[in-house]
Amino acid sequence: MERVRMVFSGSGGQGVITAAIILAEAAVLHEDLIAVQSQSYGPEARGGATRSDVIISGSEIMFPKVIQPNVLICLTQEAYNKFSSIIRPGGLLLTDSRFVKTERKVDARQKELPMYEAVIEKIGKPIVFNICMLGAVNRLAELLKPESILRVLEGRFRPELLEINRQALQLGIDLAEKTA
Amino acid sequence: MSQHMMFLQGNEVCVEAALYAGLDFFAGYPITPSTEMAEMLSIRLPQNGGKFLQMEDELASMCAIIGASLTGSKVMTATSGPGFSLMQEALGYAVMTEIPCVIVNVQRGGPSTGNPTHVSQGDVNQARWGTHGDHAIVALTASSNQDVFSITVDAFNISETYRTPVVLLFDEVVGHTRERVLAPEPGEIPLVGRLHTSVRGGVDYHPYLPREDGRLPMSDFGGVHRYNVTGLFHDMWGFPSNNPQVVHGLLRHLVDKIENHANEIARYKEYYLEDAECVLISYGSAARSARHLVNSRRPRGERLGLLELQTLWPFPDQIVREKCAGAKYIVVVEMNMGQILQAVKAAVPDPSKVFLANRVDGDLITPTDIRNILRLIWGKGV
Repeated sequence: MERVRMVFSGSGGQGVITAAIILAEAAVLHEDLIAVQSQSYGPEARGGATRSDVIISGSEIMFPKVIQPNVLICLTQEAYNKFSSIIRPGGLLLTDSRFVKTERKVDARQKELPMYEAVIEKIGKPIVFNICMLGAVNRLAELLKPESILRVLEGRFRPELLEINRQALQLGIDLAEKTA
Repeated sequence: MSQHMMFLQGNEVCVEAALYAGLDFFAGYPITPSTEMAEMLSIRLPQNGGKFLQMEDELASMCAIIGASLTGSKVMTATSGPGFSLMQEALGYAVMTEIPCVIVNVQRGGPSTGNPTHVSQGDVNQARWGTHGDHAIVALTASSNQDVFSITVDAFNISETYRTPVVLLFDEVVGHTRERVLAPEPGEIPLVGRLHTSVRGGVDYHPYLPREDGRLPMSDFGGVHRYNVTGLFHDMWGFPSNNPQVVHGLLRHLVDKIENHANEIARYKEYYLEDAECVLISYGSAARSARHLVNSRRPRGERLGLLELQTLWPFPDQIVREKCAGAKYIVVVEMNMGQILQAVKAAVPDPSKVFLANRVDGDLITPTDIRNILRLIWGKGV
């Protein structure tokens, strides 16, 4: 697999870091790939700009941070303003249309998806917003088999929570397919 | 796929490794960026019949693990810079009383409360000289999660072998980065157990009378022997003494038992050193960036090599000297103002060949940062 460098960004509490961990874990445990996940955040428990870097590769990864992502996800305006300029030319920029108003053109595939609205409308629980985003980005960037992510979700959540996470993952995949 | 493959943060790997090594007592006061260790052990230790204590502060945490170790437990505490400062007095007590224990310091930016969620390697000299008085100490580190596992088990083994506190000096990037780890099978890495005295109950036991090989067998405190333990200089009975011969003998023993075994305690990795003109010396997360640079520049014919230190104290002078013998430039890559730099300068015959490539702003030093500094050293401009 070609090396994918991703930055997940948003606000503390949106599940940005959790989504990044789930993706990297799925790559390692269920697709036998090499992946490294790291994060940077401020001292606050909630709020504040949050960022998590994920690198997925077929070979050993030494420097664990991402300087120029070829996949960038921004779930808040603040994150978009801060990070949209670091994207690698030709990369994928995914934003949520409710939280982010994209202002400038970057040399990237820009995708604005109504992920939050879809989650509220179809599932009614904002807590799975991050998993919807994960389904969408995984489909858009053609990263892993959705089953690999599902297997990680199965290991993480009780049955009642698992079901809405499964729905959110599928919702994200559907949104991505509609736009693709 | 192996069921022993895990995807964990460095902090979690350290916990898994400590449990593998037989940890059964942890006392601590959670602090970023080491908090996950206390969180995880508060669940895992009671499940395994061990004890987890959240203490009122780091002074108490350090004292608690010393006491528990003396009664026969394998012990650990975990903290970061501010907490490590508070542990220094009791750390010296553990040195003086020769009580095995492992202290994890997941370094963040300092001094003081500093830069809590960001990486630093600023506590290297604190680990060496943070507690007062002449003494020796063991401090180990690692750069990948697989190495965090093996070096943590090593830390427990060394602490038992030499009856000494061992400091695990990780950093925020190592502690929080998740990557693949293959857990060894039980028994795959040999473990050093507590060396117990063969003296029976009711027979005089001399807690500080070394065997012929220099090791001091222990008797679980509160068990069959009554004996004294003190931070004062002490005789073979453990009773205070200011007899110059006793004081001199004990101080030499405390230093020599570590320094005379520096080569056995030395853990390191080397990459492309055979023909390296420029040897990078690095450790912890900075070594990941250094290795990235070496691997990317080698195919272009740049004769770069890397010596990654995993044992920082006792400083492996002899190994550094040997590995750098053919180097035109020696560049220490670290995230502080040059703490290991000084040790390297002291170790090599020509200190004017030794340079520093550092970053101290809370971000991980990048391969490009190192490359730019190398160009300056080589006189090529950035």
